[in-house]
Amino acid sequence: MYFQKVTSLFGRTRALESQVDEFLDKVTEAGLVFSRAVRVYLQHGACADFDAFLTQESTIEGREDVLRRSIEVELYARTLIPDLRADVLRLLEDIDSLVNAYEGHLFRISIQQPDVPEEFHQGFLDLTETVVTCVDSVVLAARSFFRDIESVRDHASKTMFFESEADKISTKLQRGIFASELPLQRKIHLRYFVERIDDVANKAEDVADSLQIYTIKRKI
Amino acid sequence: MELSVLLFLTSGLFLGWSLGANDAANVFGTAVGTRMVRFGTAAVVCSIFVVLGAVISGSGAAHTLGQLGSVNAIAGSFMVALAAGLSVYLMTKWGLPVSTSQAIVGAIIGWNLFTESVTDSDTLLKIVATWIACPILAGFFAIILMKIVKAFFQVIKLHLLRLDAYTRFALIFAGAFGSYSLGANNIANVMGVFVDVSPFTDFQIAGLLTLSSVEQLFLLGAIAIAVGVFTYSKRVMFTVGAGLMPMSPVAAWVVVIAHSIVLFVFASEGLEHLLASGGLPTIPLVPVSSSQAVVGGVIGLGLMRGGKDIDWKLVGNIGLGWITTPLMSALVCFVCLFFVQNVFDQRVYREVHYVLSEPVLEKLGERGLVTEDLAGLKDTEYRSAREFLDAFQRNTFLTSQDEKRALRIAELRPIEIDSETMDGLDQDWLSPEQFAAVKRLAGVRFDHVWQLERILASISPDWHRMENTTVNKLHNKELERKIQYLVRYFEIRE
Repeated sequence: MYFQKVTSLFGRTRALESQVDEFLDKVTEAGLVFSRAVRVYLQHGACADFDAFLTQESTIEGREDVLRRSIEVELYARTLIPDLRADVLRLLEDIDSLVNAYEGHLFRISIQQPDVPEEFHQGFLDLTETVVTCVDSVVLAARSFFRDIESVRDHASKTMFFESEADKISTKLQRGIFASELPLQRKIHLRYFVERIDDVANKAEDVADSLQIYTIKRKI
Repeated sequence: MELSVLLFLTSGLFLGWSLGANDAANVFGTAVGTRMVRFGTAAVVCSIFVVLGAVISGSGAAHTLGQLGSVNAIAGSFMVALAAGLSVYLMTKWGLPVSTSQAIVGAIIGWNLFTESVTDSDTLLKIVATWIACPILAGFFAIILMKIVKAFFQVIKLHLLRLDAYTRFALIFAGAFGSYSLGANNIANVMGVFVDVSPFTDFQIAGLLTLSSVEQLFLLGAIAIAVGVFTYSKRVMFTVGAGLMPMSPVAAWVVVIAHSIVLFVFASEGLEHLLASGGLPTIPLVPVSSSQAVVGGVIGLGLMRGGKDIDWKLVGNIGLGWITTPLMSALVCFVCLFFVQNVFDQRVYREVHYVLSEPVLEKLGERGLVTEDLAGLKDTEYRSAREFLDAFQRNTFLTSQDEKRALRIAELRPIEIDSETMDGLDQDWLSPEQFAAVKRLAGVRFDHVWQLERILASISPDWHRMENTTVNKLHNKELERKIQYLVRYFEIRE
């Protein structure tokens, strides 16, 4: 019986490990969907393809929530990683909020349908790509937190780098928007989306900062 | 069964209970303190393995009385065990991990003072040496082990969750192993003195397993330890595991293993014998205490991190507890012995007399002790070791080593090898030759233990003491145990 208990303990641990991996995979997937959706929107507006991406993003977000809750319950019910449990839960929630942000922005685009002049398309695309790369690097940092603690720092510094890149692009884009001949309400509307998208990178940076602290605690 | 025996037994059980409450923290404290193992799980595993250790491996020590062996009257043993148990209980109540064996030694010193017996200065030195040597060694091992473990994890890159599962398993495994040794090593202290007055008779379980009276006695002691674990060990566990400093689960495991290594390497006569018989250099044996090793291990890891996380105030209290325990134990024992003897009219010690008879003087001469100046003391009987040594030293100078030797030689211990009771000797333990040699001495009387020893050695080589080397140490110790067993068995009691 004890042997069974031990093997089931290891079996369930492996299952939980795959759940954590899947959770992080989904964040990367959500980033890819987000950047595609923005690209499609800029090219064709809120078309059927864009709606399909929006639905896909919602499904990913839903799955992400299910995984997060299941991991949380498992960690608490089996009192796993008692010293780091709170940190891990916080990490998962923060990462989940990045996916929520992706989904939320697509919804906002779908509802408000901002009219983006072609001269700013490249700027929006660059900003989106940089933000997604920033989130991807924080996902890598999170993966390292679970498997290879020494690499967390490398990935976290990449996150910081992409966050400041995103800031630069966002500033440049906003300057361009406000220097243009567009009416003020459109300028403000576009600025709103630039800031929102850029904000995802800021959130990713916050996650990276917390991760560095968790890592110091894990090293003890 | 005599009611008094049952009453006396309670102090042994109380000592067992305190031992469980305090010492379980050494093996499971860090695991429970870091919340890697639930207290309930730790208590169940610890109890099961303490019982197994006591009944299976502890029985080997049935002929050893433990450290309480020197106390020669049951009411005295009662008081010594009670005083030691009480000291450990109080320290446990304050959440401080203390050394149970030091509490026992402290109580014995109290008994020695009360009965005017001589306290071995080596024993005192050992206690003090343990305070310093043991935590330092454990801390040192913990640091080395932590460095190895860290390097290992950098190479294998385990997933955090899997590392958690493995660490949990390793902590339970190490705890179970530690509990087994806890039971095996300490049961002699808890129940050893009662072996001779065991109220139990052998019985069979389902015709398969026979539980001897000693095993039943040890089982009872082990149950007392287990009850101590369940009812009172939680606080000390949290002091060790979380109070001293915050620890990661891996650090918790490192501390338990460092503690076991120190106990094994620096206290294992078996290992010393193995190394010596292989012609390898031996590691000097140092007195160790498992509580002090665990605390040393935790502090070692704390220092490795710069020492900022360590609760130095608590460390101070623990250190103070180490000094207070033997002192308090000695004091409580002394005062209580006075009451037990004078108020309850119980005999707490049997007087041990010393005499400088002709054979004793001769033997002292053989051992290189100057005897010419002692002619005036010839045939005088002394009623206590103190009295004897005072008289002896008025005439000649003795080193502490000489004192021990002189006391051993002059001690009066009338023995008669009784042919009627001889068959009751443990013939599984004594070799056939050894038993045959004892048999040949039927009806012979001796005044001193060394006389019996000498004559047995002349009859059978199996009773020969070997040259005093590290390789022979275990053999000589075992022989000494057998001699003491014979002495207790055939002693003429007034």
